Amino acid sequence: MDPEYILVMENISKAFPSVQALDNVQLAVKKGTVHALMGENGAGKSTLMRVLIGLHPPDSGKIFFKGQEVAIPDTKTALDMGISMIHQELSPVPDMTVAENIYLGREPLGKFGLINKRKMISDTRKLLKQLDITLDATKKMRELSIANTQMVEIAKAISYDSSLIIMDEPTSAITEREVASLFKMIHSLKEKGVSIIFITHKLDEVFKIADEITVFRDGKYVGTVPAADTSKNMLISMMVGRELTNIFPKEEAEIGDVILEVRNLSRKGKVNNVSFVLRQGEILGLAGLMGAGRTEIIEGIFGIEKIDSGEIIINGCKAKIRKPEDAKRYGMALLTEDRRRTGILSVLPVRDNMVVANLARFRKWGFLQTHLIEETCNQEKAKLDIKTPSMDQLIKLLSGGNQQKVLVSRWLLTSPSILILDEPTRGIDVGAKAEIHRLMSKLAQEGKAIIMISSELPEILGMSDRVLVMHEGDLTGEFSRAEASQENIMLAATGTAAV
Amino acid sequence: MKSSTTEIIEKKFFSKENLNVFLKKYLIIFILLAMIFLLSVLSPSFFQFRNLMNVVRQISVIGLIGIGVTMAIITNGIDLSSGSVLALSAVIAASFAQRSDWAAAKYPGLVVPLGVSILSGLAVGLLCGFIVGFLIANFKIPPFIATLGMMTIARGFALLYSDGRPISSLTDAYNTIGQGYFLGIPIPIIILITVAVLGHVMLNYTRFGRHIYAMGGNEQAARVSGLNIFWIKIGIYSIAGLLSGLAGIVLSSRISSGQPGLGTGYELDAIASAVIGGTSFSGGVGTIWGTMVGALIIGVLNNGLDLLNVSAYWQQIVKGSIIVIAIIIDERKNR
Repeated sequence: MDPEYILVMENISKAFPSVQALDNVQLAVKKGTVHALMGENGAGKSTLMRVLIGLHPPDSGKIFFKGQEVAIPDTKTALDMGISMIHQELSPVPDMTVAENIYLGREPLGKFGLINKRKMISDTRKLLKQLDITLDATKKMRELSIANTQMVEIAKAISYDSSLIIMDEPTSAITEREVASLFKMIHSLKEKGVSIIFITHKLDEVFKIADEITVFRDGKYVGTVPAADTSKNMLISMMVGRELTNIFPKEEAEIGDVILEVRNLSRKGKVNNVSFVLRQGEILGLAGLMGAGRTEIIEGIFGIEKIDSGEIIINGCKAKIRKPEDAKRYGMALLTEDRRRTGILSVLPVRDNMVVANLARFRKWGFLQTHLIEETCNQEKAKLDIKTPSMDQLIKLLSGGNQQKVLVSRWLLTSPSILILDEPTRGIDVGAKAEIHRLMSKLAQEGKAIIMISSELPEILGMSDRVLVMHEGDLTGEFSRAEASQENIMLAATGTAAV
Repeated sequence: MKSSTTEIIEKKFFSKENLNVFLKKYLIIFILLAMIFLLSVLSPSFFQFRNLMNVVRQISVIGLIGIGVTMAIITNGIDLSSGSVLALSAVIAASFAQRSDWAAAKYPGLVVPLGVSILSGLAVGLLCGFIVGFLIANFKIPPFIATLGMMTIARGFALLYSDGRPISSLTDAYNTIGQGYFLGIPIPIIILITVAVLGHVMLNYTRFGRHIYAMGGNEQAARVSGLNIFWIKIGIYSIAGLLSGLAGIVLSSRISSGQPGLGTGYELDAIASAVIGGTSFSGGVGTIWGTMVGALIIGVLNNGLDLLNVSAYWQQIVKGSIIVIAIIIDERKNR
């Protein structure tokens, strides 16, 4: 094998009960490079990485690492071999500290073979300092923000001193500043000869960091191109198999009367005196850095958390919203930020997930009408183009984009007039993203009012009729579609512009 | 420019935050002390050395089982078999410790070193625990079901082995374990404290112990960090079984009789001790010392109510209520 390559995966196939996740795929990573792996959700990227890290054995194919053919039966083997991974689903042990999480499985031993806690903490402090991460090594993981949890996972993967680091969507939950920090880390790792496999959906990032890009589609290998020789459009067509001319298909919608008014909303320590209006047919973008208070506003409006002061006025009348049920009755719908934790009912099938918010619709004489449920579900499936083998399919087996679509149809079945979407396209591939955007436009045209929280500036700029910007609990900017730009939104988001 | 994602590094020692943490951590000890104080006032015979020793001696059996159960609950499991395994170990160990002049002994005339009878009891406990752990780790049977099965089966074996009758007339050497003193302290208490200390050290300072917490806190995280989930599970239940065996030896030597009905309901008291002591059913949380305090609270309660001549039926109601209250408090703590 060519010594230029640190990893060669040949003809790898892997089938799961309902789907051929990998069909004879290839991957060849050159030593000391950043190799991006791209593709729609369900394309097989994460599956291949899980094979590489020892979580699943492949059905067939060969893996060559550092020139030798290897078998990777479990995670420990992979780690010992020199392969570590930053997982897409952040999974820390919540009640253990940062230090304990980072050194889990390789705790430093001292006298009598017992764990040397002092060394573990000082080693962690050294590591965090090296990577320029400001965190207390003795803090419990459950107290950290999502962004910091991801930084700890990054630190952990790097600390294994591996020759190959797999980064699966490492920037999904962190801010621009931390992304820059991560890229700096990646550059210094490259200089040390470490190779990196970088999985991402963000096209902008790929061109900033990758040397080569491999694309998968539907479990099959499409091709590998040097980053310098390709373009966004070329990548998209490789991933999707067709030309995508407009990523943000926002169409004109008639904007009507004010349907929702939020006055002086405050939540101690999280939201300070925020007021805004929302009109029918309007898509209101809510931008800001992580921790700015956007989700906190939404939680207050939807009745998930108590608000300390302020009023919510719907269709001209003051609304008393103390729990989500009340919000639902006023015609509101909410797609949460973390569909895995607070959105999908993971052990249930697609059908149940779809109808759960409005079972009353299917009830007659106290019994559920199963044929009506089937009919409705199939209609929604066709309307939103949800890819699932059947309504019985467990929702957790669907790709992120399709899960999100099921959640959207769940809420559409409650006939809402106000839709709140918190990071609707997070962790979703380009193709599904476009579909969800198209859906949002259509809903706006139908007269629905939409609030969209997003941390992706292109999405905010592309989809919003108006943009509100938050910074540490304050509303720092309001821009119309024409006025909004990357610069003025970022300035407001970082608190450096006067309102 | 202040960043909202930077965490604070320096901790103020006497901050309000720390006071809250301190209170939450030591709440159960305060409750225990309050109970002791209250009972000392209400009943003069409570706070006497002899009585206090009795209390601790009584909870020594529950305490031993409680340590094993604590580990199981930390890993999102449970052990319902402890009482029955206690009985099985008790009858087997006792059968090898009967006086050689006892005509109705299981093995009449058999003389066997004390060590053998102790070892047999421990081995039985260990084996039962290993089987349970294997069922859970290999066949992925839920711990509730696997230990429920063992609970019934072990009890059956205990009855079978002993013909449903007590195995009595045990040697003085054997009886010393449960009835004897060492340096003025009842031996069962010494055994409990030793095991508790070993358990504490293991859970906090060995990799195995920390991996138990990791597995309970987030099994997926443990798996991707390369931890051997299979053997950790087997290890936990084996240790729990071993401790049940030890408890069986301590109990049967104290009453000088190995009875197949021993330990009935003890597993629930052990679970109650663990829960009152702060072990959470959501996994990843729990300490040996908490369980010990929980066992003490139950023991003090039983003893105090006895001294105050409260009927046994009321005692049961009070005990159950305290368990429920403890769980509610625990819920609110973790909110």
